[in-house]
Amino acid sequence: MADLPRVPVGRWVDSTVDWLTEHLDLVFDVISDVLKWLTDQLESLLLWPPALVLVALLAAFAWWIRGRWFAVFTALAFALVESMELWEATMSSLSLVAVASVVAISVGVPVGIAAARNDVVSRVVRPALDFMQTMPSFVYLIPAIVFFGLGEVPGVVATVVFAMPPSVRLTELGIRQVDPEVVEAGHAFGSPPLQILTRIQVPLAMSTIMAGVNQVIMLALSMVVIAGIVGAGGVGSVVFGGITRLDVGRGFEGGLAIVVLAIFLDRTTSAVSERAARRTATS
Amino acid sequence: MSEIELQHVHKVFGPDRDRSLALLREGRTRDDVARETGGVAAVIDANLTIERGEVFVVMGLSGSGKSTLVRMINRLLEPSSGRVIVGGTDITDLGPKELRELRSARISMVFQHFALLPHRTVLDNAAWGLEAAKVPAGERRERARDALATVGLADREGAYPGELSGGMQQRVGLARALATDADILLMDEAFSALDPLIRREMQDQLLDLQEALGKTIVFITHDLNEAMRIGDRIAVMKDGRIVQVGTAEDILQDPANDYVASFVQDVDRSRVLTASSVMEPPVATLGPQEGPRAAMRLMREHQLSGIYAVGPHRRLRGAVLDDAATSAARSGMQIDEILVRDFPRVAPDAPLVELFAPAAVSPIPLAVVDDDERLLGVIPRVTLLAALAGDNGTNSKADADG
Repeated sequence: MADLPRVPVGRWVDSTVDWLTEHLDLVFDVISDVLKWLTDQLESLLLWPPALVLVALLAAFAWWIRGRWFAVFTALAFALVESMELWEATMSSLSLVAVASVVAISVGVPVGIAAARNDVVSRVVRPALDFMQTMPSFVYLIPAIVFFGLGEVPGVVATVVFAMPPSVRLTELGIRQVDPEVVEAGHAFGSPPLQILTRIQVPLAMSTIMAGVNQVIMLALSMVVIAGIVGAGGVGSVVFGGITRLDVGRGFEGGLAIVVLAIFLDRTTSAVSERAARRTATS
Repeated sequence: MSEIELQHVHKVFGPDRDRSLALLREGRTRDDVARETGGVAAVIDANLTIERGEVFVVMGLSGSGKSTLVRMINRLLEPSSGRVIVGGTDITDLGPKELRELRSARISMVFQHFALLPHRTVLDNAAWGLEAAKVPAGERRERARDALATVGLADREGAYPGELSGGMQQRVGLARALATDADILLMDEAFSALDPLIRREMQDQLLDLQEALGKTIVFITHDLNEAMRIGDRIAVMKDGRIVQVGTAEDILQDPANDYVASFVQDVDRSRVLTASSVMEPPVATLGPQEGPRAAMRLMREHQLSGIYAVGPHRRLRGAVLDDAATSAARSGMQIDEILVRDFPRVAPDAPLVELFAPAAVSPIPLAVVDDDERLLGVIPRVTLLAALAGDNGTNSKADADG
């Protein structure tokens, strides 16, 4: 049997990464500084008030957005996190998730809009998204470390890449699903394209776009532990520490804190999505 | 003066449009084009002149090209060839900016499924066209409010479309179209999604509005009864071609081909034909100077059970019934004392459908009177029934052939 020549995919990737580190060093530094600054600021903001005060604020927010029972849950769950002495780690993870999600959404939504308006963009973007989502998330950590060193920044970057696809996909889907007759009505009254986008398509797609936002946040949370491996700190490090030391109890506590964050973020963002859906319901 | 003119307008979709167009110009059919180029010929060589202030209906089954045709008037669809002239201006070559101005100022549109924005209030929906035209917010609200008042929705301006019934939602659609003060209204199956009763109501409202506003309305429908009811003139389309243009009665009485004939076969004549088209001269009337005895004599001569009494200029004074005339003649009463004044009168433009109820209760033929109460003619019950059966000389070729 003739040997198939070895295709040096790995070497190509290596040399690409080398080239990038060599020539785009400055760009990576800037990105790194900005992301670090953002997460640090957010983290210190979250840690500025005493933990129980913030718990009360979160509960109040929960009441406003969903109602009494969700407020009770929020208060008890976050109080538990504080009592497990995981408050700082959880807030650190929350700021990482928040920054990564905001970056992912602010890239993903415009790309989704472009894909909805242009079939060529859509055809190019789709396989790229499939690739991003199916490539095991650990793999993103390797170049992220090369570009950004250890710490929270590679965690944020890997999280952004992994979590972005749903916001692109659901934005595209949402905008394509807007009733074509309504868009036509926009054109028929002489509305300029930007007005049609911002006052018809985006508002009518909002509940689907928000479902994408919810997905992004959930995926970002699922990266918390993986980001902990590269020294992003937060609950991820607690869980990772639990794994390396076979400390089941501590690992479970860390996991529980992530679950609390996940439920809180999921319930709040899906409430926003439901509100948007109710606003745009036709009957 | 003509407001909209279409000259040799074609629209083909799909690959190789030039070849499709060339085939159509040779007079080939839609099917030929589909077979040879794979293209779809939606509109073929449309020529139309729509007058200012008329309600022009484009009628055809789905797939006949009527929606495509109307969308070329505001260029939501680009004509593949031919010219579209609106108010004397050829709009075929307008740039994007001029086109937007044309759409926000001169031509507005009402859609089949209303196409309202569910996240905006009724008022903001009605103001949509003004927003596109960059009208300042205060004036926008004022004009939108006026438009809502015109369609009878003044008290619902704060509601959301989802809270309104279908008929009300379409009124909002209509208000949105009226708010911009455009001279031309394109209505794409505007009432087709509504229940029959609401549809009737909306047609009536549109006709009332039209009387007051005098817009040029291009109305698309697949419903012949609707077309005949509201259209001043009707264009019938089939397979992308306009096969006949004319008034409702033209099309009923003289269909251009078998297709139109088979189409109008099922039309509800009671809604198209009017009192004036079936009324007959009264066989006898009682003159100003004649008394109960003369009335009795006339009724006996013509075998009538009642007779209309007219004054000078054939002005209707009342009806005399046979039993009243007999007893008056016996007791020496004056004719004025036995005149029945409370009987149904109908206007000459009333459709036959509105005559059944009065005809059913009236013991004598229905009186057709003009605005000055002058007796124009009468409609005996048997004439009414014959007209509906198509036996009054207005029957179509299809009836004659079949």
